[in-house]
Amino acid sequence: MNHPAQTRDIAQLRRIARKIRLDIVQMVGPGQKGHFGGSCSSADFVTALYFSKMRHDPKNPAWEDRDRFLLSKGHSALVQYAALAEWGYFPMEELKRLKTLGAMLQGHPDKLTTPGVEANTGSLGQGLSLACGMAAGLRIDGRGSKVYCVLGDGELAEGQIWEAAMAAAHYKLENVVAILDRNGLMTNGLTDVRYSPSPVDKKWAAFGWHVQEINGHDMREILDALDRADTVRGQPKIIIARTVKASGIPFAEGRAEFHNGIMTVEQYEEACRVLASEEAVS
Amino acid sequence: MNLQNPREIYGRTLVELGTENPNIVVLEGDLGKSTMTCYFEQAFPNRFFEMGIAEANMTSFAGGLSLTGKIPFTNSFAVFAAGRAYDQIRQGVCLPKLNVKVVGSSAGLSDFGDGSTHQTVEDLALMRAIPNMTVLVPCDGTETRKMTRAIAAYHGPVYMRLTRNDMPALFPENEEFVIGKPYLMREGTDVVAFACGQMVSKALEAADLAAERGISVRVVNVSSLKPVDESALKAFARGMRGIVTAEEHSIMGGLSCVINYVFRGSGLRTECVAIMDRFGQSAASYNDLLEEYGLTPRHICAAIERAASQ
Repeated sequence: MNHPAQTRDIAQLRRIARKIRLDIVQMVGPGQKGHFGGSCSSADFVTALYFSKMRHDPKNPAWEDRDRFLLSKGHSALVQYAALAEWGYFPMEELKRLKTLGAMLQGHPDKLTTPGVEANTGSLGQGLSLACGMAAGLRIDGRGSKVYCVLGDGELAEGQIWEAAMAAAHYKLENVVAILDRNGLMTNGLTDVRYSPSPVDKKWAAFGWHVQEINGHDMREILDALDRADTVRGQPKIIIARTVKASGIPFAEGRAEFHNGIMTVEQYEEACRVLASEEAVS
Repeated sequence: MNLQNPREIYGRTLVELGTENPNIVVLEGDLGKSTMTCYFEQAFPNRFFEMGIAEANMTSFAGGLSLTGKIPFTNSFAVFAAGRAYDQIRQGVCLPKLNVKVVGSSAGLSDFGDGSTHQTVEDLALMRAIPNMTVLVPCDGTETRKMTRAIAAYHGPVYMRLTRNDMPALFPENEEFVIGKPYLMREGTDVVAFACGQMVSKALEAADLAAERGISVRVVNVSSLKPVDESALKAFARGMRGIVTAEEHSIMGGLSCVINYVFRGSGLRTECVAIMDRFGQSAASYNDLLEEYGLTPRHICAAIERAASQ
């Protein structure tokens, strides 16, 4: 599992996604605060990107023709750290030093410290603009690379998201694929109750984007949507992935308090037991 | 006096750079005929990005371009370039040391008619406070051209502050601009005046006034506010009776803070000419504002006399 090959094997991808979730839980550990809710809701499509869809090379993170991955919802860094570690961008041991003084793995993605991280995100709303700029630069150079950008649904409240949405459509950045982690929860509750971004699909369509909506935990639907996005020309694309926050961790699923939550020792052990089992969870 | 327009020269220099380097790209917040990026747009339409009135997106988008090896220049009025996009500059550009050049046009009080919303008194303070940022203020068109070329060659984030109005040509054509270096503009023996931007020419005029009163003033152009060459600044003050600073910026966080920090504990009397913690306002002329805010040669000369009285 240290250097898994790219695959389209659904069962294999599900196994990897479960390992990614286990890595996330173990990175946080019991009694510590960690953004595992939004990391786990993104785990399946992040797995599909890193282990099936994207062209990238852990031995050469700066490979010019790689596809780019930007986590605009930078607080979900744990899921990206797990994927990068599983690929061997850095030793798995780094996961244990997460958020400690001098650690490679900061609380939010840091390009300067972490191999495989493309940009600094975490101040919400900026990642899509960075992704669009990268896409424009790649187009100037005639490179076929795609830029995948993961957004949170709470993040849609940031005005800059919609500035970027306009820019991407205006410049017909067809090499931008956004994936919206529509887990329905912001820090303190339901997005649709506390500060609604709905109707999400109509908003993106009105801004000139190609829109698909899928079950963000169905690996087949994820792969199909990523492939379909490749066939659309002349406009940016967004895949609205309906997800469950803390997906895969039974006691935390769909609960806002686990956005940046703390697991008890018992909860931690239960999460590890469930995720380490061979039963499919997605 | 030979007057130069720094915006005009900046716009022409971008075209020069674009001709020499295919990685130069220019982003504009719908003010291209004011920032003079319109020349670059005409010359290189495929490397020019109209970003609309959306400075936040423009700045992060520039960060993305830099991540593919481009050298982006973002353009707007300084109050928006540095203020509206502060968080984008801080988080997305300076944290990862991206190669983005933020150019703040119509800075200070120079957009006299538009008033306080379009004038910036605090951009240098904001930009100086961000780690990894380089902060530059040219004193005329010649230095603007040399500085623009220097920041394109330098790898890392830069904020360059440009004024809207004509400036007397001061910077020697045969002098190289080096980031961090202060420049001697006039020799003198009693008081040293450290100035930046438009205030360099005002300080030179003040030095003439002071000479009539028997005070010899050395004038230094501190066009690099960050980084600064502390030992060079100290050398310029050696043997002086006092120090004056002059800037078209708030007393908070600009040149006066640079100089007061460098000369802390030196015992030299330091007098500061700056905007005293006020916003700007509309006026019929730029000179009306310089008078109202105490930024004229007469005001600087008074500060020189105070500094010399120690």
